[in-house]
Amino acid sequence: MPKARTDAGLPAKAGVGLKPQHFRDVLETRPDIGFFEVHAENYMVDGGPFHHFLGRIRDLYPLSLHGVGLSIGAEGSLDEAHLDRLDALIKRYQPASLSEHLAWSSHGEVFFNDLLPVPYDRATLDCVCDHVDRVQERLQRQMLLENPSTYLEFEASTMDEAAFLSEVIRRTGCGLLLDVNNVHVSCTNHSRDSLDYISSLPLETVGEIHLAGFATDRDAAGAPLLIDSHGSPVDEAVWSLYAAVLARTGPMPTLLERDNHVPSLATLLNEAQRAEDLMLVLAEPKRCGDYWGCS
Amino acid sequence: MTQAAFAAALLTPDLPCPAGLQAWNGSDPTARLAVYRNNVVSSLIDAVADTFPVTQELVGEEFFRAMAAVFVRQHPPRSRVLAHYGREFADFVDGFEPARAVPYLADVVRLEHARVLAYHAADADPLTAEMLDAAMSSGEDLGALQLVCHPSASVLVSAYAIVSLWAAHQGDGDLSAVDPALPESALVVRPGLDVLVLRLPPGAARFVIALQAGAGLADASALAAGEAADFDLPKVLALLMGHGALITAQFPGSLSQ
Repeated sequence: MPKARTDAGLPAKAGVGLKPQHFRDVLETRPDIGFFEVHAENYMVDGGPFHHFLGRIRDLYPLSLHGVGLSIGAEGSLDEAHLDRLDALIKRYQPASLSEHLAWSSHGEVFFNDLLPVPYDRATLDCVCDHVDRVQERLQRQMLLENPSTYLEFEASTMDEAAFLSEVIRRTGCGLLLDVNNVHVSCTNHSRDSLDYISSLPLETVGEIHLAGFATDRDAAGAPLLIDSHGSPVDEAVWSLYAAVLARTGPMPTLLERDNHVPSLATLLNEAQRAEDLMLVLAEPKRCGDYWGCS
Repeated sequence: MTQAAFAAALLTPDLPCPAGLQAWNGSDPTARLAVYRNNVVSSLIDAVADTFPVTQELVGEEFFRAMAAVFVRQHPPRSRVLAHYGREFADFVDGFEPARAVPYLADVVRLEHARVLAYHAADADPLTAEMLDAAMSSGEDLGALQLVCHPSASVLVSAYAIVSLWAAHQGDGDLSAVDPALPESALVVRPGLDVLVLRLPPGAARFVIALQAGAGLADASALAAGEAADFDLPKVLALLMGHGALITAQFPGSLSQ
């Protein structure tokens, strides 16, 4: 069993989420794709087709294990039994990457199945850092922490989200899962500048990028309120922001996320190809992104 | 504000928006909290809908989602693993007044939940005829032989034609030809990748339940025969083995066959 702080990570290519309806299609067509990502909790079951297919697909592709239930932003302590389940999955499938969210999803005994916001204050910072430390100690590997989509802000916040995330990364040594759609969603929802936000992050710690689609709503004053829905193609604004990020980071493992209204595997692969094409174009020296200019 | 206050507001739409939340433009944060409220409830309704597709077909999507909305607020998940969510849904449906017109609905819910449990249950290799022969020719008291069921196997005894109703919704049989009032018992099992739903002959459900409780062949057969005089042990054994529902034949005190 590798002590994976030194693991190689995901390849700097596009990947897609592995959906049960695509299991057989993947094995039959063996698409040229950089990696697959799964939600860890879906595989915390004893047996059956999920393990059958994931094992076979893992033999062919690198795997990203993406947790949605650890509740790292919870006020209470981490669920050690859940960490044990994650550990078992890591040992079984040897993922190239492990990630979770800056959010909470459980309170008391109840699991809300959503990624809920935290105030950006000192007390929360200490708590989140303790939790990330515990995850990395228990699982003996680095984790990536994902920036959230949020719809509300807390009066108690004393720092902005980028500063909060940067401090968690500095103190714990975790990496950043930069969800570019979440950047666009949260910055729109809170009237911030997406490029300023990205510039404030430690981009050298990015281990993976997420791209997804959002839905559009309005708040009580009629201002745009974007909702991270994972149910539609990536928006053009997010593609532009992604290009701007790539110009700074170079090619990055990039996941196309689609959890609702899941289309055919071929459609997902087409979207992934666009990310792949952008990485190729931006890797050429004289074709760098528009946002920070060429130097 | 605490996460307890936020958590309470998520599942109780009548509660006011907790203090301490704000928006950059000074707008009422209640509209923004509504995004979280909707995400929680609709994602849980979606999870329930994924598990109970035939139930949804029986009552229609609109009725189903309204019923599930009441359910998820009363019985939010207690586990971070949603695969088995909905264990309490059958009892909830039993007591859900607007669903009274469909008396068999709760048993269809039970069948669909059993299917999901079977889908994710542990894997195991089926008992082969050779293994059974070896046990039977071992010279031990055959009546004491214990037949161990597959970890995915479960039995559902119903006063309604749940297997026929379920099968008709898979395109197997004519729904209008099904008399829901005919009692049926179902065996749900997943010997390989596919979950099977089988109609059990008289006495077989009692037999399997007895096996699962650890009864030997003689006691399980006697219980089954007491319930159905025409209980046919060889036929039921062939049915169970033919669908991978048994995995081990062992005598008490021995570790395996």
